[in-house]
Amino acid sequence: MFDGRVLLKQVILLFWPLISTWVQGAEKIDSCQLQVLEMLSSLGSAGGKSAKPSFVSYVTPEEIKSEKEPSRKEKHPDLLPGEVVFCSASTVLKYTQDDLSQRGVFGVLLCTNFRVSFVSDEEPTEEMVRTLFKNKLYGENDIPLSCVDNIYGDKRKLITGGLVKNKYPSKMIIHCKDLRVFQFSLSFSKEEDAKKIFQGIVHHCLEPKSLRCLFAFSYCENTSPNRKCVGGLFTKLLRKKQTVMFDSVEDWTQDMKRTKGNCRVVSENSNFELSPKLPQYFIVPKNVSDEDLTKYQGKGLPMWCWSHHSGCALFKTASIPLVQEDNVCCRMLTAVAHNHLYSVKTEDLSDTLPTVQDILLSYNKFKQFFLIDNTTEFWMSDMKWFSSLDNCGWLDIIRQCLQKAVEVVESLEKENTNVLIMEEGGSDLCCVVSSLVQLMLDPYYRTLLGFQSLVQKEWVAGGHAFLDRSNHLHLKDKVESQSPVFLLFLECVWQLQQQHGPAFQFSETYLTVLSDSVHVPVFTTFLFNNDGHRDSLLRAESPHTQRSPLNCPTVWDWSVQFDCKAQDLFTNPLYTEKPKQDTSVRKSYRPRHLRQLSLPSSAFKTPPKKGFFKDEADNLKKILGVKRLSRWMLSPSSDSPQTSSSVREFYEAWQTKPLDYHGLLLPCLDGPSIRVWMQRYLRWIHDVQILGGGPVAMLSKVSEILGEVQELQRQLDRHGCTLTSNHKGARPRAKTAAAVIAARSSVRLSSSFPFVTSRNWAFKPAIPTSLLQSLMVTGMPGNLADREDDGGPESLV
Amino acid sequence: MASASIPVYNSSNNPLENSSSHNASRESLKMEPLADCSLLPGEERIIDKDIIYICPFSGALKGKVFITNYRLYFKSADADPAVTLDVPLGAIGRVEKMGGASSRGENSYGLDITCKDMRNLRFALKQEGHSRRDIFDILFKYAFPLSHGLLLFAYLSQEKFEENGWSVYKPMEEFRRQGLPNDKWRVTFINANYELCDTYPTILVVPFKATEEDLRKVCTFRSRGRIPVLSWIHRENQAVICRCSQPLVGMSGKRNKDDERYLDLIREANGTAKLTIYDARPSVNAVANKATGGGYEGDDAYQNAELVFLDIHNIHVMRESLKKLKDIVYPNVEESHWLSSLESTHWLEHIKLVISGAIQVADKISGGNSVVVHCSDGWDRTAQLTSLAMLMLDSHYRTLRGFQVLLEKEWIGFGHKFANRIGHGDKNHADQDRSPIFVQFIDCVWQMTKQFPTAFEFNERLLVTILDHLFSCRFGTFLFNCERARDTNELRSKTVSLWSLVNFSPPSRSLQELRSKTVSLWSLVNFSPPSRSLQELRSKTVSLWSLVNSDLSFYQNPFYTPESNRVLYPVASMRHLELWVTYYIRWNPRIRQQQQSPVEQRYIELLALRDEYLKKLEELQLSDSSPNSSHLSNSSTPNAASPTQHITHLHTPF
Repeated sequence: MFDGRVLLKQVILLFWPLISTWVQGAEKIDSCQLQVLEMLSSLGSAGGKSAKPSFVSYVTPEEIKSEKEPSRKEKHPDLLPGEVVFCSASTVLKYTQDDLSQRGVFGVLLCTNFRVSFVSDEEPTEEMVRTLFKNKLYGENDIPLSCVDNIYGDKRKLITGGLVKNKYPSKMIIHCKDLRVFQFSLSFSKEEDAKKIFQGIVHHCLEPKSLRCLFAFSYCENTSPNRKCVGGLFTKLLRKKQTVMFDSVEDWTQDMKRTKGNCRVVSENSNFELSPKLPQYFIVPKNVSDEDLTKYQGKGLPMWCWSHHSGCALFKTASIPLVQEDNVCCRMLTAVAHNHLYSVKTEDLSDTLPTVQDILLSYNKFKQFFLIDNTTEFWMSDMKWFSSLDNCGWLDIIRQCLQKAVEVVESLEKENTNVLIMEEGGSDLCCVVSSLVQLMLDPYYRTLLGFQSLVQKEWVAGGHAFLDRSNHLHLKDKVESQSPVFLLFLECVWQLQQQHGPAFQFSETYLTVLSDSVHVPVFTTFLFNNDGHRDSLLRAESPHTQRSPLNCPTVWDWSVQFDCKAQDLFTNPLYTEKPKQDTSVRKSYRPRHLRQLSLPSSAFKTPPKKGFFKDEADNLKKILGVKRLSRWMLSPSSDSPQTSSSVREFYEAWQTKPLDYHGLLLPCLDGPSIRVWMQRYLRWIHDVQILGGGPVAMLSKVSEILGEVQELQRQLDRHGCTLTSNHKGARPRAKTAAAVIAARSSVRLSSSFPFVTSRNWAFKPAIPTSLLQSLMVTGMPGNLADREDDGGPESLV
Repeated sequence: MASASIPVYNSSNNPLENSSSHNASRESLKMEPLADCSLLPGEERIIDKDIIYICPFSGALKGKVFITNYRLYFKSADADPAVTLDVPLGAIGRVEKMGGASSRGENSYGLDITCKDMRNLRFALKQEGHSRRDIFDILFKYAFPLSHGLLLFAYLSQEKFEENGWSVYKPMEEFRRQGLPNDKWRVTFINANYELCDTYPTILVVPFKATEEDLRKVCTFRSRGRIPVLSWIHRENQAVICRCSQPLVGMSGKRNKDDERYLDLIREANGTAKLTIYDARPSVNAVANKATGGGYEGDDAYQNAELVFLDIHNIHVMRESLKKLKDIVYPNVEESHWLSSLESTHWLEHIKLVISGAIQVADKISGGNSVVVHCSDGWDRTAQLTSLAMLMLDSHYRTLRGFQVLLEKEWIGFGHKFANRIGHGDKNHADQDRSPIFVQFIDCVWQMTKQFPTAFEFNERLLVTILDHLFSCRFGTFLFNCERARDTNELRSKTVSLWSLVNFSPPSRSLQELRSKTVSLWSLVNFSPPSRSLQELRSKTVSLWSLVNSDLSFYQNPFYTPESNRVLYPVASMRHLELWVTYYIRWNPRIRQQQQSPVEQRYIELLALRDEYLKKLEELQLSDSSPNSSHLSNSSTPNAASPTQHITHLHTPF
C-alpha cells in the first residue's frame, strides 16, 4: 500500500498532463487509481463549497514527527474543486523578512495543479482570519502556478526548467507576477521531500505544458457555474446590467447604435468560416463588399472600434504585407473614408510605438525595482531610484501610448476625420490605443460595466493573444511573443484615473486586482488567443461533447474571487453619475451642428500637419495610386517634436475649458504627471508602507461620509421625501457600504490597503540604511560641501 | 505668475460667470488700470509704465507695470485672458539690465528680474531715451530697501487685524503645555538680556541640577555660546530633545569637563543609559570642522553618549541644489529624462536625508532615550531635525495653531538666520549666506502631509502662504536673525505677524470674498498669492500670523482627524518622496493645479449634502413627531463636523 502511494505520487507528478483524460477513460481500476478517483470525484461533487478531502494520507509516516501528528492532518489549504495535490514537504521555513534576518515560520509547502501553497504550522491568528479583502481562490501564501515569474536557487541563481536533476537548493526564492516575493528554506525538510517539492514546483511552474493542463479545465469540470452572492453594492451594480460580452450580433449592433455609427455588422464568421483568427462578429465600413470579406481571410479588413458623434469613426486593422499589391489596401481605405466626409488618417503603430519586445524588455527591468528580497539592496537602490526608473523606460512607454491616443482623439474630436490605426497583427498596440481613445472620449467606458465591455470588445473579442502574450504554458517557441501589453493598457488607464479621479466609476484597487487576475488560470477571459481558439478548446474540452462548450467563468464574475464586501472596494467613492438632462441636450443638437461645421474644416481647412498622421482627405484619389502606397503606409517617425507640440496645443486648449468629468478627458503628459502605480508595485514592500497614511486615508473618509449620506437618503425615503439628489445610483445599498466602513475603521489602514491590512506592525520606522555614501556632491564650484555654513574660522568664537 | 487665470478657475461650477466677470474686468481695465489692485494700507504707488512682459508661456505681452513700495504689478492690455503679475518686491532677488541701447532684435532691451520664489521675469522697453532708467532705479531701490537706507515694508504697513499674531506663541505657556518645569528640568532666565547667548531666546529650559554657573562654563565650549537646552519632552517617558551647536574641540581635541558633566545631566534626567547625540553633518565635515576650532563629541570624553552622524549637507549644497531644480522646472519643465534630471538636482535626496534624520530622532525619543541634536551652529539643520521630529511626536504641532507655535519656537525663537538666509531687502544676491533651508523644511512638512493626509489640521495652502510671506516682507514674522535683533528693532510693536492674518476669523469678511474663497481660493494662492491678499485687504489690515489666522477655514484640511498620541513615521524612501509640483512649478499654467482638490471637493460636497439631509430629516421629524425620531437624530449627531459648523465654531475667540 505504501509503495502504491509513492508510485501514485510519482505518477501524478510526471504524467499529470495525461491524468485527467486517463482517469476519465479508465477501465481498469487498481487501488492507487481508486484513490485518485475518489479524490477527484469527492472534489467534483462538492460543487460550490470547496470540500476538504481526506487524502493527505500519502505523506509518509516518517515525515510526521510524532508529537505533531494530530495537527498535521489539517495542513493543507482548502482545495478548490478540481484541485489536486502533486507533492508536498513539511518543515519548510518561509522567511518573513529579507534574507539577512533568519526569522520565519515553519510549515508545509505544497504544489497542486493550481498553485504553490505554503501552510503555516502556526495556528492562523484571528486577525488574519477576518481579513476583509480575501481572494477566495488563493490566499496570501498561495501562488497560482501561472503567477510564478521566476524561481531562484542558492546565491540567487536563476532556475530554468530542464537543468535540475537530482539537486535542490537549500533556499528557494519565488518571484511572482503580482510582485510578491517568497523565500523558502528547504534545509530543514527531509532530503527526499525537499527534492521532490523543488522539482515539482520547477516542473509545474517552468516547464512547457499543454493548454489542457491549465487549472481552468479541471476547475470548470468540477464547478457548477452559478455561485452568485446576494446583496453587495458592487454585485448589484453588475447584475443590474451585465457586461457586454460582444459575442453576439446584438451586442455589436447595440454598441454601434449607442455611438450612432453607420457601419456593417458582419456575422459571416459566426462559425469561423472566414478565418479562425477573426472575431466571431465584427463591424466593418458599409462599403466593404462580401467579396472583400472572403478574399483575404479578413486580412487588412478595417475593423470598426468606435464612432464619434460627428460621424467619423475609429478603425483598426492588421497591416497587410506590401506584397499584396492589388490595391486591397486602397479599397479598404476608401471604404473607411466613405464612412464620413471622405476623410481618413492612417497611423501605423508599429512605426511609432515600441514593439511588444521593447515593452517586455522595459517591463522586465522595471519590475525588478519592486521584487525585493533584500532590504539592504532596496535601500541601496533608493538613491538612484529616479534615474533607474527613467532608464528602464517603462513610464516613457506609457507616455507614448497615451500621447498616441491623444493624437487620435485630436483627429476625431477636433478634425472629425476617420482614423485607421494599424499594426502587424492588429491586436496589441491597436488594442491599447483604441481602448484609450474610447476611454478619453466616451464616459460610458469609464463606468464599471462600460470598462469591462470595452475590454471585452477591444481585447477579448478583438483577438488580443492573451495566451501567447502571457505565455502561461512556458512554450519555448512562444518566449518571443511574451509581453505585458494588457498590463501596459491598465497602466495607462491608471494614469488617467490618477489625474481625473472623479471621472471613473471603478477604483484603483479594481485595476490592481484586474492586473493580478490575468495570472489566475481560471478565467476564460485571459486563456486564449482569440475567439476561434477559445471556441474550439472549450468545445473540445466539454464533457458533453457536441452539445455546449465548457462553461468557465469570466474574470467579470468577480464573485468567483471576492465576496460582496470585498467587491465594494472596486467602486470609486469620488464618482458621481451624470445628471440625466445633459445627455439629452447632447444627443439632440450637438452632433448635427458639429457635422455641418466640420464639413469644410476637415476637407480643406485642416492645416497639413507633418505629424504621424497623413491627412489624405482632399486628394485621396492620387494616393490610391500604388506608387505612393509605400510612402504612405510608412509614416516617418522623425518629425515627432512637431506632433508632440500639436498635441500640447490640443491639450492646452482643452485645459482652458472647464473640466467635465463626463466629457472629453485628456491626460497631462508632462514629466511629473506620469507616475508609478504605487498600489500595484509597492503594496508588498513592508519598508515603504505608510502606516495610517497614503491616499486611502482620505478616500476612506469619503466613503465613510458617502455611506452616511446614503443612509440618510434611505431614512428620508422612508419618510416619503423626494430628493433632488445626484446620489441615486447607490441609494438602497447603504447598508453594505456602511458595513465595509465599520469593518475598516477597526483596522488601521496603510498605504497598501486593501492588499495588506493590519499585521503585527513593527512599531519601528523604516530607517534607510546606506545614506549619504552614494550622494556625491563633487563638481561644485569651490567644493561647497566642504565649506562652513557661516563664514570661516574667524567667525568662530 | 503669468496667470492665465481662466484655466485655474475651472474647478468652479460656473464657468460662464467667470468669463463674464473677466470680460467686465477687461473693460474697466482700459479706463482704470489699477482698479482691480487695491493697495495695502501703507502701500504707495511709485511709478507706472507701459512695458512689454515677455511671458515664457504666452510670449511678449504689452501692458502696464505699476510699482509700489510693496509690489510689482503688471497687467496685460491685449491678451485674452488678461495676464497679470503681482509680485511682492520682497520676492525679488536680483534686478539686471538686459541688452543695451544698441541691442538688435525685438524686445532685447529691458529688465531681467530673478525672483526668490522659483521664477524669473523679463520686461522689454522702448530702446529710445533711456526708457528703463527710472524704472530700474526705482525697482532697485524699493526691492532692496535695506541697501538704500529705507525701511522694510513691514514697518510701513498699516494693516490691522483682529487678532494679534504676536501673541500666538508664549514660551512659558508652551513649556507648561509640555509639563515643564518639573523636578528634573527648570526654566532659567539667565539669557534675559541675551548675555549668555545672543542668538538664543530669553527663556530656556535646562537640567534642574545644572547651576547658572555651570551654564556659563558650558557656554564657553559651545560654538557661539549655543548650549544644549531642552526643546521638547515626552510626557510619558520623559525623554527629551535638546539642541545646541558643535563643541569647540579643535585640532588639539580639547575637552571640557563641564560640558561633559552637563550632557550627563541631560542623560540622567530620565535615567537613559546612553545619551544619543545626533550630529546632523556628514562625519567628514564634522572632522573638518576641527580645523576651524569646532568638532564633535569624542567617544573617550563622552562615555555615556553615542554619536550618530546624519549626513545632511550644508547650506551651500542646498542652495545649489535648489538652483538646479529651478533650472529644470522654470520656465519649462525639462522634457527629456525628467526623472534623471530631477535626480541630478539631488533636491529630493536632501529632503530624504533630513526626514530620515528626524525619524531617527523621533524613534529614539519614542524608545525612551534622550537625544541631543546639533550641526555646526545649531540654527539650520538642527532646527530642521528638531522641528520635524517634534511634528512626528507631538500631535499638537500638527494643528494650525500648534504649527505656528512650532515655527515661532524652533525657527524664529532659536535664531534661524532668516535675514541672512533669505536676504530680506538686501541687494547682494550672491551672498553666500543665503540658502533655502527653511523652504526645504516646509517641503519636508509637505511630504509628511502628503503621506498622512488626515493627520494635519492645516493644508497645503498654509504652507504656500508661509513661503510666500517668507519673502514678501509684508509681515514681521520672518524678519531678522534672532530675538535680540527683533527686540532692538522693536519688531513686535511695529510690524504685524503673519499669524494675525491666518488666524483672523471670518465674520468681518464680505460675502463676496467668502464666495471667492470657496470657489477659487486654491487657484488664487497657487497662481497669484498677492492678488489674493489684495482681496483680503479690502476688509483687513496687519503679523504674518495675523494673515494666517484670519483665514482659518481656508487653511484647514477637511480630512483632519485628530489622533492625539500617535507618532507619525513618514517613509523616507524616494519611492514616496515627490516633487512639490504645486509649489515649485506653480507658475507653469500647464501644470494642472487642482491635483488634490477633487477629493477634497467631493468630500465637502458630501458633508454639505449630509447637513442638508439632516436638516430635512429634523424638519420631517418635527412635523411627524414620530416616536422613533429621537433614535434617528441620535444616530446622526456623532459626526457633526461640517464645514459650516466649523466656521461657526471659529467665530468664538480662542
